Amino acid sequence: MTDATNTGSIYEIDARTKKRNAKEARFKLYGLIAIGMGLLFLIALVSTIIVRGVPAFQQAKLTLEVALPAETLDPNGARNPDDLRKVSTFGYSPLVDQALADALAANDIDNPFEDVADLRPILSSSVAAQVRDRVLANPDLIGGTSEFQLLASSRVDGYFKGRVTRDSVARDNNIDAAHFDVVDAMAEAGIISTGFNWDFITGADASESRPEQAGIGVSMVGSLFMMFVVLALSLPIGVAASIYLEEFATQNRFTDIIEVNISNLAAVPSIVFGILGLAVFIQFMHLPQSAPLVGGLVLTLMTLPTIIISTRASLKAVPPSIREAALGIGASKMQTVFHHVLPLAMPGILTGTIIGLAQALGETAPLLLIGMVGFIASNYPDGVAAGFLDPNSAMPAQIYEWAKRADPAYYERAWGGIIVLLIFLMTMNILAVILRRRFERRW
Amino acid sequence: MMKDNVENKVGVDAMNTKFSAKDVQVYYGDNHAIKDVNVEILDKTVTAFIGPSGCGKSTFLRSLNRMNDTIPICRVEGDILLDGEDINAPQVDPVQLRAKVGMVFQKPNPFPKSIYDNIAYGPRIHGLARNKAELDEIVEKSLRRGAIWDEVKDRLDAPGTGLSGGQQQRLCIARAVATEPEVLLMDEPCSALDPIATAQVEELIDELKQNYSVIIVTHSMQQAARVSQKTAFFHLGNLVEYDDTTTIFTNPRDPRTESYITGRIG
Repeated sequence: MTDATNTGSIYEIDARTKKRNAKEARFKLYGLIAIGMGLLFLIALVSTIIVRGVPAFQQAKLTLEVALPAETLDPNGARNPDDLRKVSTFGYSPLVDQALADALAANDIDNPFEDVADLRPILSSSVAAQVRDRVLANPDLIGGTSEFQLLASSRVDGYFKGRVTRDSVARDNNIDAAHFDVVDAMAEAGIISTGFNWDFITGADASESRPEQAGIGVSMVGSLFMMFVVLALSLPIGVAASIYLEEFATQNRFTDIIEVNISNLAAVPSIVFGILGLAVFIQFMHLPQSAPLVGGLVLTLMTLPTIIISTRASLKAVPPSIREAALGIGASKMQTVFHHVLPLAMPGILTGTIIGLAQALGETAPLLLIGMVGFIASNYPDGVAAGFLDPNSAMPAQIYEWAKRADPAYYERAWGGIIVLLIFLMTMNILAVILRRRFERRW
Repeated sequence: MMKDNVENKVGVDAMNTKFSAKDVQVYYGDNHAIKDVNVEILDKTVTAFIGPSGCGKSTFLRSLNRMNDTIPICRVEGDILLDGEDINAPQVDPVQLRAKVGMVFQKPNPFPKSIYDNIAYGPRIHGLARNKAELDEIVEKSLRRGAIWDEVKDRLDAPGTGLSGGQQQRLCIARAVATEPEVLLMDEPCSALDPIATAQVEELIDELKQNYSVIIVTHSMQQAARVSQKTAFFHLGNLVEYDDTTTIFTNPRDPRTESYITGRIG
């Protein structure tokens, strides 16, 4: 050897080696920087969502003793449900106003308003309906006094959360700083308090003017119905197509074209599937608009390529020796696939399916095009959102709707909805990981 | 063409012939992998296929139970007769053929199931057992024939993939004999095994020949000499020489055979 670099002592690191080591160290550093930036973005994302979304799960409520006089609520005294129904929320509003005024008086709270109706901005405009619903369900309450947990208005709720301040209401027609004086005193007296808001998780959407009443529950049902449709259609179709393509189809130009097109389909923007669904399912097949069935069909189109690609990949990953072993002892092709290949590919197929479903669950654009943004203000199951063909909304579409509305209280709800949606997605992804670990078999 | 290469000095008893190949050609696309092979394989005999890598011995073996059907570009021509019946005839279902002609592969490939289910799978799909007791009997008999019963009888529910390499291969042999085949094809069954496991499998092959016609592809000439009664030497897709094993190893007629067994080619 005449090369000087190979003749020296190994204790002395030569220039070439130094250069190579420096290069490697630099590369490692770049990698660390990249990971660090990724983590930073993730932390920023998660903390923003939590900071902005968590208040949606808190709601200020008033505890009031409401007198329910029989003479106004049931003049005939027969407790006939049809008669009771004739008294509208306008009949109940003065009762609630009076209950609030009485509560103030009982706790020695100074009431600056002459008319008890002027206290109304403190309460949600839904409270009369809240009281009426309970009375209609229990007519025995009429004639007595009952305790009610009534929603505070979104301004008062926002005042407790710091979203609304005395300064910010200076130009607000809905509420005055004087109301907040009363609210502060009530909070001290324990009439008004903030607690966990289950109604946000289980409730229905509400009108523009009463964000305190809005919940994501009904659109959750809509999403659930859609996921049923997607799972029931895309899993069997996707798996059958993949098994045929992977195990039975002969390799020729035709199958090549199909293969390329499936990959292309996976890259088609989701809004294209939306407009396709609008044209085919609604305009041509005359399926109802805003129905979970149509939403599910559109999302199935979107999910199919994902499932086919992941299923084919997991079928490919099953070692050919297993197929040979089965064929070698006289199993038919179909027995080989269903007894041996499919069970081994199952974890991969399930993972792909769950990830496909999670994608579909979070998809918004195609739903907007087929009108899956129904405004449903009553709860399941007495609402219209009871079935696959009834109008409904979906979680991401609901979030989009809320984010569009003017009231900042809805903006807060939108962030809260994102938390609910993310919890669903994370649960599904964790489920995918668990399934894969659980059913993974070594060979 | 090369038909003269096939030498059959011992004179095959026609009654005793299991497989009979006439002018067999195998193509992989444009590649002519097996050329004009003519051979008579005997019942209750171990026949070894030897030859350098890529000479076509495995390809020929796989055409005997139509495993080559699973390779789309593979094409087989000529006649292969099993007990006088053409296995490539259109009315033959390869699935039925493979139940008669079992196969053991180079790499042990037990199913990722229990030892019991590995053996019971074949009898189940072919309906060989009417009830659990019969199936149990078949499993025990097969594992005994595979010379592995004593090692696994207490853990039939353990996964077959958890056994050692040699045990796995004997399990695969037991699995192959469980369906009561008439011929057993073995594609380098010992190449992934250590010498002790190899010795066990070879001993097993020797016992199997009392019931089956065994055809074994091997890279080891010592192994061919130890276990087989007949040996076929393949070279570049041709069957160069086919004769009694002792003749091949002591007095080969073809110079290529001599070069191979003495280590000059291959």
